[in-house]
Amino acid sequence: MPTGAAISVSNLVKTYAKAKSNAVDGVSFDVQRGEIFGLLGPNGAGKTTTIGVLTTAIIPTQGSTAIMGVDVAGDPIAVKQRIAVVPQQSNLDRSLKVREILTFHAAYHGVPRKQREALADKLLDELGLGDRKNEKVNRYSGGMAQRLMIARALMHEPDVLFLDEPTNNLDPQSRLFLWERIRELNARGITILLTTHDMDEADLLCNRIAIMDHGKILVNDTSPGLKKLIPGGTVLQIHAEKVAAPIQPALEALPGVTKVDALTSPDEPGGVTFHIYSDSANTLIGPAAQTIFGNGAQVRDLSVKQPTLEEVFIFLTGRHLR
Amino acid sequence: MSRTRMAVNAFLAILHRDIVVTAREFVPFLLQALMQPLFFLFIFGKVLPGIQLAADNFAALMLPGIVAMTGLIAAMQGVTLPLVLDLGFAREIDDRLLSPLPVWWVSLEKVVFATIRGTIASSVIFPLGWLILGNGFVVRTDRMLALMGMVVLTACVGSTIGLLIGTIIKPEQISLMFTLIFTPLLFTGCTYYPWGALDRIRWFQIVTLFNPLTYCAEGLRYTMVPPINGQELPTINPFVILAALGVSVVVQFVLGTRSFHKRVVT
Repeated sequence: MPTGAAISVSNLVKTYAKAKSNAVDGVSFDVQRGEIFGLLGPNGAGKTTTIGVLTTAIIPTQGSTAIMGVDVAGDPIAVKQRIAVVPQQSNLDRSLKVREILTFHAAYHGVPRKQREALADKLLDELGLGDRKNEKVNRYSGGMAQRLMIARALMHEPDVLFLDEPTNNLDPQSRLFLWERIRELNARGITILLTTHDMDEADLLCNRIAIMDHGKILVNDTSPGLKKLIPGGTVLQIHAEKVAAPIQPALEALPGVTKVDALTSPDEPGGVTFHIYSDSANTLIGPAAQTIFGNGAQVRDLSVKQPTLEEVFIFLTGRHLR
Repeated sequence: MSRTRMAVNAFLAILHRDIVVTAREFVPFLLQALMQPLFFLFIFGKVLPGIQLAADNFAALMLPGIVAMTGLIAAMQGVTLPLVLDLGFAREIDDRLLSPLPVWWVSLEKVVFATIRGTIASSVIFPLGWLILGNGFVVRTDRMLALMGMVVLTACVGSTIGLLIGTIIKPEQISLMFTLIFTPLLFTGCTYYPWGALDRIRWFQIVTLFNPLTYCAEGLRYTMVPPINGQELPTINPFVILAALGVSVVVQFVLGTRSFHKRVVT
């Protein structure tokens, strides 16, 4: 059994023809065996492109990647045997019946007939699809298709599982169900790389998270580690209305303030949400509110928050994740 | 498992998948492949000679053309239509592309499968022709092996054309494809007339040489049509036929696979 990282990516760059900027722009990270690793970022951050390179579907412009020590560009066949991919949208084979989707997938990967038949039945039961295994997938809901794609991914017992936005567009119940399954798989020793733009999902599931934006990894750490990026560990969040003059400089000038983000929404003219980072957010409530009143605006909502990954993202980029 | 065995195994499993899917729709497949040739056989082989608008031996000259047309089209459809879906929005082919085999083997599998399909479709023309044409059904039996080879080769030509077209056209262009590609292909492919008889319309005879179907039909005529009044039917030289078809298959496969690769690996 070789040792080392399950996934290693170094200086990865992908440039599409005619694109103004690089889809992936110098990304490096390692995922250790047995980890659940999350790529968190908004749409268009380069997460799916990164997965595409790691799963042999996209040829990188620069850089190198390896799965379980095997160079992806050098030996794609060996890589394909070790990985499984669950994409964002269903790519299930609609010409086959549900159970056949699993057995054929296993056959492609050389799993012997008896073993694949037994495994297919077991997985279908585990994922609650056992009674509908002879249907075609046309009648399946989004959540069922997602579960079936996970079952398919497990049919050849991969070392590394890629989940691209696994719970996007799922109802809350299916999301919880899927999170359970992902943890179970990880407990069996499968290394998991997932992409998401859902902070809670990243926070709950991942051992480590890399925050991606505009093709670059901004930070890469554990969830508590990322939250420590926010000075003092608390954020004062104030939603102000009827903002006419810029208030941000005045807030930044308050004692102890390290950074202020002002987020606006096109839906609400004159409305601004301030995220005020400081060593002691509590003592800032009074001065900050007064500063806002003093500038002729009104405070509609005010709270001191423990940082979430959302705050971390706003702290790093100055805008919301979605 | 060695790398090669793994890939061969994946290739066979994917081929098996295509066979299972087609077998489930075998009757629609046969109808799709045979409806047109059935009527051609009946009208051109039975009705026209019956009302003396065509010579009695017209059926014997037509039959190889029908076999060629049927095999070529069935093979072509066997790649193009599934491929347009596979490469469409849902990308149903991804699961096969992630199997442990080289990407170009996936396009090779498509071609092999469609060749089998085309071979079956054109083989069915023989019993069908025998039933419909009755006395008009004459096929020489001394070139049987060459005939079988020609049937497979014709299907091969069709499936590689299908690969090229299926990777180039977009789903919304399918119906246009039938008009713009099928019709000229069929009518300039010497299916309904022997090539030798075209020497009175020289320019058209030259045009037909650019259509691979011409060589398929002529090759099948060479292997099927018995001597008429002791005279062998003049056809294009069999070696020229083989060379032309060989080149056509290789060129179409290489171009088709390259275009396939561009569609699936970016």
